[in-house]
Amino acid sequence: MSTKVQLDIFEGPLDLLLHLIKKNEVGVADIPIATITEQYLAALELMESLNLDVAGEFLVMAATLIHIKSRMLLPAEEGEPDADEGVDPREELVRRLLEYQRFKDAAAELEQRELLTRDVFARSPAATEEAPAPGFREVSVLDLLSALKRVIERLPKENVHEVIMDRITVREKMTLILDTLRSRGKVLFEALFGEVKSRLEIVVSFLAMLELVKMRAIRIFQEELNGTIAIEAAVGIDQAAEMVSLRDAEEGENGTSGTQIDH
Amino acid sequence: MEQAELRSIIESLLFVADGPMTLQRLAEVLEGVGREEISAALAEFQAELEAGHRGVRLAEVAGGYQLRTPKANADWVKKLLGGRPARMGRATLETLAIIAYRQPVTRAEVEAIRGVDVDGVINALLERNLIRTVARKDVPGRPFLYGTTPEFLQLFNLKDLTHLPTLKEMEEVVLPAAASEEAAVESAEES
Repeated sequence: MSTKVQLDIFEGPLDLLLHLIKKNEVGVADIPIATITEQYLAALELMESLNLDVAGEFLVMAATLIHIKSRMLLPAEEGEPDADEGVDPREELVRRLLEYQRFKDAAAELEQRELLTRDVFARSPAATEEAPAPGFREVSVLDLLSALKRVIERLPKENVHEVIMDRITVREKMTLILDTLRSRGKVLFEALFGEVKSRLEIVVSFLAMLELVKMRAIRIFQEELNGTIAIEAAVGIDQAAEMVSLRDAEEGENGTSGTQIDH
Repeated sequence: MEQAELRSIIESLLFVADGPMTLQRLAEVLEGVGREEISAALAEFQAELEAGHRGVRLAEVAGGYQLRTPKANADWVKKLLGGRPARMGRATLETLAIIAYRQPVTRAEVEAIRGVDVDGVINALLERNLIRTVARKDVPGRPFLYGTTPEFLQLFNLKDLTHLPTLKEMEEVVLPAAASEEAAVESAEES
């Protein structure tokens, strides 16, 4: 569907307007406002008929165009001291269009440069990545799961008749992980499970870890393919610690225990 | 230290460096060697790589020196490395351009120029470490002011911000030849 593709490429109302101006081969400084408004509204209608989400900005611009058009149709009233006298109602819009065009051009120029990891390469292509710790790469969920499997396999096999009632909450584990990271900065995935004795506890620790990743409190990296996985503190660590302790406090009051798994 | 020896050491340092090496850093490592001497050796090395059509070139980026492959070899390097580089969409490029030229700049100021919401794009740029918050603007709400990072310079192969392509003046921004006749017809229709 060619129309849809065409509409999708507009970055915003200014972009759409510039496109219409170009298509009509007119100058920005002297926009034929009636024609452009008509075409602009037609484009919006088309977007809507295609069930595209027409962003609010497009509608605001439509109102602006109609307003300008109406002001241009009004005859300049004589005798009335008009503050706007002599001012082209299109002026502000023209200024915005020109300004936007400048940066559109600048963006195109930037895009033409020799981009690192597209045109040129350096020994460490770190610039476009999310600044991971040197030499580490981010891991996928599958890597995490296989690491989890290794931890579980390491468990002693004989504890079949375990009867101790232990209550471990995900939140407790989260606090534990946060504390460990804050004192040590970085910790190996498998070290987190060092003193863990039951399968359940491993699962709870794992869930706590995922929860922290979601909160952006920690970051998980792998040194090399199939290598050891490391966990380190990330930007949100302080916030997460605060949230976890806040929730703990709340629960202390209510006497509930939230996410909890019993043996 | 002999010149050839100095050249050789500099080459090694540049080879192992993780990112662009500043002259200052080189001088720190090469204790006792004058900055002019290092500068001269770098310039010579750069010229030699260029003239010899070598597979690495010495680029001046983000205030330092870095060995980079020439563009002509890009396809081969990409074939080796595999994977597709993250493509930069127009929204990303336009937002970056505005921030680069107008920094320090607030989110609202960027939005005013682009005419659309830029929240998502700004967050993505922050995440990619291409921009950062530099301060808060002293206006109601104390919004963040954004600026570009050294990673931005590295990505776009820029020595520093003064090497950004010059932004065109408003008058220079000319859209397709102003068809004044059409405009005239139009205004006639309108009146």
